[in-house]
Amino acid sequence: MTAALALGDDALVLSHRLGEWAGHAPVLEEEVALANIALDLLGQARTLLSLVGDEDELAYRREERAFRNLQLVEQPNGDFAHTIARQLYFSTYQLLLYGQLASGDSAFAALAAKAVKEVAYHQDHAEQWTLRLGDGTTESHERMQRACDALWRFTGEMFHPVEGLDVDREALRSAWLESVTGVLHRATLTVPDTPDTGAWSAGAGRQGLHTEAFGRMLAEMQHLHRSHPGASW
Amino acid sequence: MTAGTAETAAASTHQARFDASVAADERIEPRDWMPDDYRASLIRQMAQHAHSEIIGMQPEANWITRAPSLRRKAILMAKVQDEAGHGLYLYSATETLGASRDELLDKLHSGRQKYSSIFNYPTLSWADVGAIGWLVDGAAITNQVPLCRCSYGPYARAMVRICKEESFHQRQGYELLLALSRGTPAQHEMAQDAVDRWWWPSLMMFGPPDDASAHSAQSMAWKIKRHSNDELRQRFVDICVPQAEALGLTLPDPDLRWNEERGHHDFGAIDWDEFRQVLKGNGPCNEQRIRQRRRAHEEGSWVREAAAAYAAKASGGPGAPHETAAPDGSGTVPDGARVEATA
Repeated sequence: MTAALALGDDALVLSHRLGEWAGHAPVLEEEVALANIALDLLGQARTLLSLVGDEDELAYRREERAFRNLQLVEQPNGDFAHTIARQLYFSTYQLLLYGQLASGDSAFAALAAKAVKEVAYHQDHAEQWTLRLGDGTTESHERMQRACDALWRFTGEMFHPVEGLDVDREALRSAWLESVTGVLHRATLTVPDTPDTGAWSAGAGRQGLHTEAFGRMLAEMQHLHRSHPGASW
Repeated sequence: MTAGTAETAAASTHQARFDASVAADERIEPRDWMPDDYRASLIRQMAQHAHSEIIGMQPEANWITRAPSLRRKAILMAKVQDEAGHGLYLYSATETLGASRDELLDKLHSGRQKYSSIFNYPTLSWADVGAIGWLVDGAAITNQVPLCRCSYGPYARAMVRICKEESFHQRQGYELLLALSRGTPAQHEMAQDAVDRWWWPSLMMFGPPDDASAHSAQSMAWKIKRHSNDELRQRFVDICVPQAEALGLTLPDPDLRWNEERGHHDFGAIDWDEFRQVLKGNGPCNEQRIRQRRRAHEEGSWVREAAAAYAAKASGGPGAPHETAAPDGSGTVPDGARVEATA
């Protein structure tokens, strides 16, 4: 079931990245918020991966080339602005996607109905921070603009077809663009005018073609589990 | 009657009322009169308690990205999140005494206030996450349950909430160790090694022996503290011995044995020299823990400045209240409410 794997991997990988923030956030409230979002995503990942097989087998025993997540979610955290830009792009996508799925009758309807409530909170968190950083100080504005520009090229991949995912992709794309554009404008930021996808990254993550940082992330994530084959934890 | 004697008379009335409240086991609340020393002592203890929650995130967060199953990863993330929340409750409670969170964090970062010695030990294997849950949280609970009856209301109420969550963490830590102990030989060995390394530092969490504890007598008279360090330490040892047996793990103390006459376990001598060294900043991770905390704070300064600038713009002037403000720690959003909303 490719769709469950794709959506499950998105949530798993982004959850892991957010987990890396623990103990490093700029303010205590964000320690709580980022961990909270990471936990929601991990919960979604576990449900989705369990539709495909054993969650731990899938998370810890697959090689890089077998992961189906978007390249966007595997991008390193960077500074807080990069993390927020990644959250804004992805949570807006998830909110719209789960919104569509929740109202349909696919295998994901029940899961989407639950997840959409969590994701609305994630999107709000990302939006509020985009506004604060974009319309905060000169430094925060510049950092937020750089982050939005740097991650823009990974956004087109969200609208490529995924086997087993029955959604109106054009509607998804235009709603996403409208929402993100609105937030960026209100944050006094410029919507990047560069391509939203490159020749290499067009749908690449969904095909198991990832960026270089991803292999290192998996090495850390899987190391202990792989060191004790057959053990239970 | 001169002004001076009137003041003295008023002060002694205040003092008498305070003493009567403490004697009657009533709660002292933020707006009540309290002796300056009582206030200062509480600020010190509560701030250090808050700092311990925040620094205590680090040794466990060290394993979030390497947790060996998704279930364990979720449990660990939730735990580290709870610790940040506990830090927030405790800073809020301390602020009721007139200290600000920024000022307290500054004291932590500059080494003028301490945090629990235990967090200066490294987490070297996955089993350490379980040992921290079982032993470190267990010791913390033994220390903190009596604080639920402490004379200062906001502290006592914070402890009620914190102890509930800590008990849950402790059970999860115990269960993690049990899974390892009953797992493969390599997992069992990992669990034993972790217990060997965390046992003595956990006993040190109760503080110096009673005859060398600087603040104890006064804290007990004020009913901030209810039991002596040695009493609590003994209670903890007596609880842990049967738990270790049930785990199938041993405690690294050849002198540990049941004393029929005392009705308690005797145990070996604690290495107080190591304890003093760790408190002085010479433990294995002191430097690293503070460096990471300072770096997070410094690298986050532009974010806090942005939030403050945005809040000021949104409300039409600097310092005006704004409903989404205060990620800068200025406290205009009640911390407890926020933590509750995201828990």
